[in-house]
Amino acid sequence: MRIKQLLIGMTASVIAVSSYVEMAIADLKFPMLVYRTGAYAPNGIPNADGFVDYYKMINARDGGIGGEKILHPECETGYKTQVGVECYEKNKKDAMVFQPMSTGITYQLIPKATADGVTVYSTGYGRTSAANGKVFKWIFNAPVTYWDGASIAVRHILKNNFGNIKGKKIALVYHNSAYGKEPIRTLQTLSKKHGFKLMLLPVDHPGQEQKATWLKIRKARPDNVLMWGWGVMNQVAVKSAASIKFPMDKFIGIWWSGSENDVLPAGQGAHGYKSLTFNAPGTNFQVHADIKKFVHDKGQASGDGSHFGTVLYNRGLFQAMVQVEAAVVAQKIHGTSKITPAMYRDGMENVNLSAKRLEELGFKDFAPPFKNTCENHGGSGLAAVQQWDAKAKKWNMITEYMYGDSDVVQKLIAEDSSKYAAEQKIAERCG
Amino acid sequence: MIYKETGQYKSSYKSDHAIFPLLQDKIAFSTLMFIAFLIIPFVINSYWEKAILVPFLIFSLAAIGLNILTGYCGQVSLGTGGFMAVGAFSTYKIMTYFPDMNIMIIILISGLITAAVGIIFGLPSLRIKGFYLAVATLASQFFLVWLFNKVPWFYNYSDTGQITVSERTMFGIPVTGAEAPSYATYLFCLVLVVTLSFAAKNLIRSKMGRSWMAIRDMDIAAEIIGVPPLKTKLSAFAISSFYIGVAGALYFAVFLGAIEVTESFDIMTISFPVLFMIIIGGLGSMLGSFLGAAFVVTLPIGLKFLMVDMVGLSAVTAKHFEITIWGLLMIIFLIVEPHGLARLWSIAKEKLRRWPFPY
Repeated sequence: MRIKQLLIGMTASVIAVSSYVEMAIADLKFPMLVYRTGAYAPNGIPNADGFVDYYKMINARDGGIGGEKILHPECETGYKTQVGVECYEKNKKDAMVFQPMSTGITYQLIPKATADGVTVYSTGYGRTSAANGKVFKWIFNAPVTYWDGASIAVRHILKNNFGNIKGKKIALVYHNSAYGKEPIRTLQTLSKKHGFKLMLLPVDHPGQEQKATWLKIRKARPDNVLMWGWGVMNQVAVKSAASIKFPMDKFIGIWWSGSENDVLPAGQGAHGYKSLTFNAPGTNFQVHADIKKFVHDKGQASGDGSHFGTVLYNRGLFQAMVQVEAAVVAQKIHGTSKITPAMYRDGMENVNLSAKRLEELGFKDFAPPFKNTCENHGGSGLAAVQQWDAKAKKWNMITEYMYGDSDVVQKLIAEDSSKYAAEQKIAERCG
Repeated sequence: MIYKETGQYKSSYKSDHAIFPLLQDKIAFSTLMFIAFLIIPFVINSYWEKAILVPFLIFSLAAIGLNILTGYCGQVSLGTGGFMAVGAFSTYKIMTYFPDMNIMIIILISGLITAAVGIIFGLPSLRIKGFYLAVATLASQFFLVWLFNKVPWFYNYSDTGQITVSERTMFGIPVTGAEAPSYATYLFCLVLVVTLSFAAKNLIRSKMGRSWMAIRDMDIAAEIIGVPPLKTKLSAFAISSFYIGVAGALYFAVFLGAIEVTESFDIMTISFPVLFMIIIGGLGSMLGSFLGAAFVVTLPIGLKFLMVDMVGLSAVTAKHFEITIWGLLMIIFLIVEPHGLARLWSIAKEKLRRWPFPY
């Protein structure tokens, strides 16, 4: 009996799989690699919700992009590289752009997408040297890179120390992965330049276990702590810092370590914690009003709608906006609404989000303007520092958007990308 | 009646010792090989390659490796991820030191390096057994992954600790790197898997395999009848690690192309799934290694396909279901059929033999 059932089951599944036919797609496909499960879900969920709500709003308000509806199939990766590859292979046909939301998957997709002719947009993460458009034709990481981020954090520390940090100790608490290791080279270079001592403190995936890390910080008493964390690692770090009474205003996270979920669990202890950001928090923007009107009020909010206006939700909006804008530009360049993945890439390369254009899109003062060019896929390189107010439970911007140390960063980008070009035998573009 | 062995007489030792002594098995196997070598390469697309067939082949190899150690020699190991990492990093280092060496040779050398590492980590097995050995191999998993992450020499001092494969060709066709066509990577893995599987099958039927099984069934008795435990256990560790090392090399060079050791060779992504493969497939069975690998690789994809593409559930709900179903299936399997899918297959053969007259 059992055998019979098993055989029936197996035949049924074989038939099901073999009858799988690719849907004919006339619309613009923006596949999403999301993680609403696993150790990184607390950060993955609000970000994915931002994306989906923005796409839904564009579909409802404008009827899509130039009349073409946006399709946004979700594929759950759980932040796992192997699953990310499966998701990519499944959705790459006619896909406009992939946003892997994971440095590991981005590294995986860089050679594959380049070979397949699919755009990858890793907004402020992924491989930093992809900012060099001369080598990385299909990869974009505007508006700002990790190496900019590292130097902006150091600039902020410099400013607070009246321009002299000679002999000071700066610790980097980082996710022990490609993502967390990204800023090390830059910080080492900067430490030589400014004469500060760098302390490297890796935290292993998923980042629950940080007792030893913070014990070391308590003993060595660094003057400042920088953090490259993601997922539960952020919450645990902020809590641990609070519990050893580390001065929170000397603790600066990268833009992926500065959302509400990262600081709320630490309660009042998190007061004064700083992080970098390249977009504003809050709901006082035209785009939020539109999303409320066209999506949330119709009961179509993605997820439970509770992340509306949070840092990562807003970042999702920003990322989705850039991706949609690239399609608009591509339609304009090629004079057709039915753009191909190759045309889309041209659009992405010519995205010019001036202050005026941002205002038109409902993003006035939401993020600093930036533009992509053939040579520069890394955007403006501007980021600001925000600080957590635990009493009011909100993030406040405490600085203007500022540039990093572009002498140092550009040199490192040129070095790393030329190494990659040599390895992969890529000829430089752009004249 | 379908699966009839009466009337198939063996007139020589050679035919009696054949791997597939029955005509039906021979036909089935030849058909399978015909499909695998001559049909699939022409119809394969990159989705089937990257999501199903290549991972299936690679994990089959890893499962055979672990099955030799755990299923045949009775030494429980949780170090599979660590040994696969050895294979991957050996491949990477050899590739960068000898840019002109053939990829097939590189992969086999990586297997040998892993075998050497396996012998070192197999030494404690002489003194410790069962759960204690599992813990000792777990230590090797953590140690090896830590080592490859900690010492920059292994990843050629790259900024991120990632290792990336460069393009290598066989007969002028690229088999590694992003430009490699689907049929090439598939055939490359297939040739290795088929050859190594035959080697393993024959090893298991040889004196060496029989001494592994003697150690598994009762080590003291085996020692008394003259099976040397040192040589036997270490040979099992070496050969098992060779297979796992080759699997790791393929996993890095052919399948993923870029790897980060902490993520790709994590205990939850490699060691436990491969152990599940041989438990679900069947301990001490070649067929079981393949069935288990097929089950573990295709189940999540199949469930996702069924729930997201057919039924239309959202991706995240489907994922939650998938995790639940996966756990449930593990428990059901262990209760209903502890000998795995291979045992189900032999029950099926038994029934087919009697069909249509069951008793």
